[in-house]
Amino acid sequence: MENKPPGDDVENVVTLTQPDVAQNWSDILAEMAETKDKVLYVSLFKHFAPKIKAYIMRIGLVDTTAEELMQETMLSVWRKGHMYNRSKAAASTWIFTLARNHSIDLMRKQKYPEYSLEEWHEEPDQTNDVCADTVTADRLGKAISKLPENQAQVIHMSFFEGRSHADISDRLGIPLGSVKSRIRLASDKLKTMWRDDV
Amino acid sequence: MNIKHHLDEASLVSYAAGSMSQSMALVSACHLSMCPSCRERVHNSEAIGGMLLDSLNPAAINEGALDQVMAFLDAEPERKASVIEPRLQSPRVSTQATSTSSGSTSRVPQPLAEYIGHSLDEVDWKRIVPGVYYHDLPCKSERGGVSRLLRIAPGKAMLPHTHEGNELTLILQGSFTDEVGRFTAGDIADLDEEIEHQPLVDSDVDCICLIATDAPLKFSTLLGKIVQPMTGF
Repeated sequence: MENKPPGDDVENVVTLTQPDVAQNWSDILAEMAETKDKVLYVSLFKHFAPKIKAYIMRIGLVDTTAEELMQETMLSVWRKGHMYNRSKAAASTWIFTLARNHSIDLMRKQKYPEYSLEEWHEEPDQTNDVCADTVTADRLGKAISKLPENQAQVIHMSFFEGRSHADISDRLGIPLGSVKSRIRLASDKLKTMWRDDV
Repeated sequence: MNIKHHLDEASLVSYAAGSMSQSMALVSACHLSMCPSCRERVHNSEAIGGMLLDSLNPAAINEGALDQVMAFLDAEPERKASVIEPRLQSPRVSTQATSTSSGSTSRVPQPLAEYIGHSLDEVDWKRIVPGVYYHDLPCKSERGGVSRLLRIAPGKAMLPHTHEGNELTLILQGSFTDEVGRFTAGDIADLDEEIEHQPLVDSDVDCICLIATDAPLKFSTLLGKIVQPMTGF
């Protein structure tokens, strides 16, 4: 199972001490959390910090703020590492939620309601394929490029512009119901493509 | 807990993206705390965020950023995994509301407990009309929507209404029935402008709900239109 970092310039930012696990960031994160190994932390930092900052700037915050939030997020990666559950989420997914929460907390001056990260330690529910969850991000990566334009658009407006359903409805001049059905279609399609790909 | 009514896929994506208003995110997070199957689903939605993070071109970070962060790390006392922020240490038992019919032992989902504490009995209720009480929460909502707890006595009905936008209603205690079905503790009604409904409390205890809207409700009766300015809905 690979969680391969896409992007052509990845070579420039990643210098790994352990080539055998070079591309599996989820394993590296899990091991760092357990061992508190700072060498692993540095490799995570070099890979994720520039992406975290890019995400935060993408959602509309200025450079200096993005830099601060990036550093806070990376500190959380260290401090909350024990809450990361390899079987529930890919490293990029977990780190995304940390970056999201730090950004929202700052923008709203209110703490984003979390459904409690501890729950991620729970035993797997029912019939879910634990393995499949961890590769979601990677498989979705391939899948999203196959979405119809108008579905990819509402996903991007949600994740990168922080727009609520009502905002998207105003912005695109389409009814609220259409926004929601586009999001549903996109989400279903991504999950189906990812399952088919397994 | 036997949860039958879940979050809509579009709401899960919005929650995962962080694009939901604070008030709606609170209701969603509370339902997620109570509902294992929606938790599984939201992991998939959050994975979309992980994938988008992966796909971004790296931004230039400050030259000294790594050194600064490492200095913080080095200054931190050695800690074991069990030593974490006090809030996060609290036992998770509080995430499940009970479904006992007495109602007196209902527990509060953790995200809500951060606003009102762990007991529904200690909420500072304000009366709208006999048998109907509310407590407003300080969560920001958009477009004149509300963030509030509602407590409605057995046998009482809400006035019939539709919505301009989305409405999330999470049942914490008791139950109600409307045009969509029967809702008990843990169930969430995830509705929008396509639904007109009139919830009727059919439990033998007060029904307590956590509600968020992203637009004022549209009451379909004259009475509703008259009381609307008083109730703030």
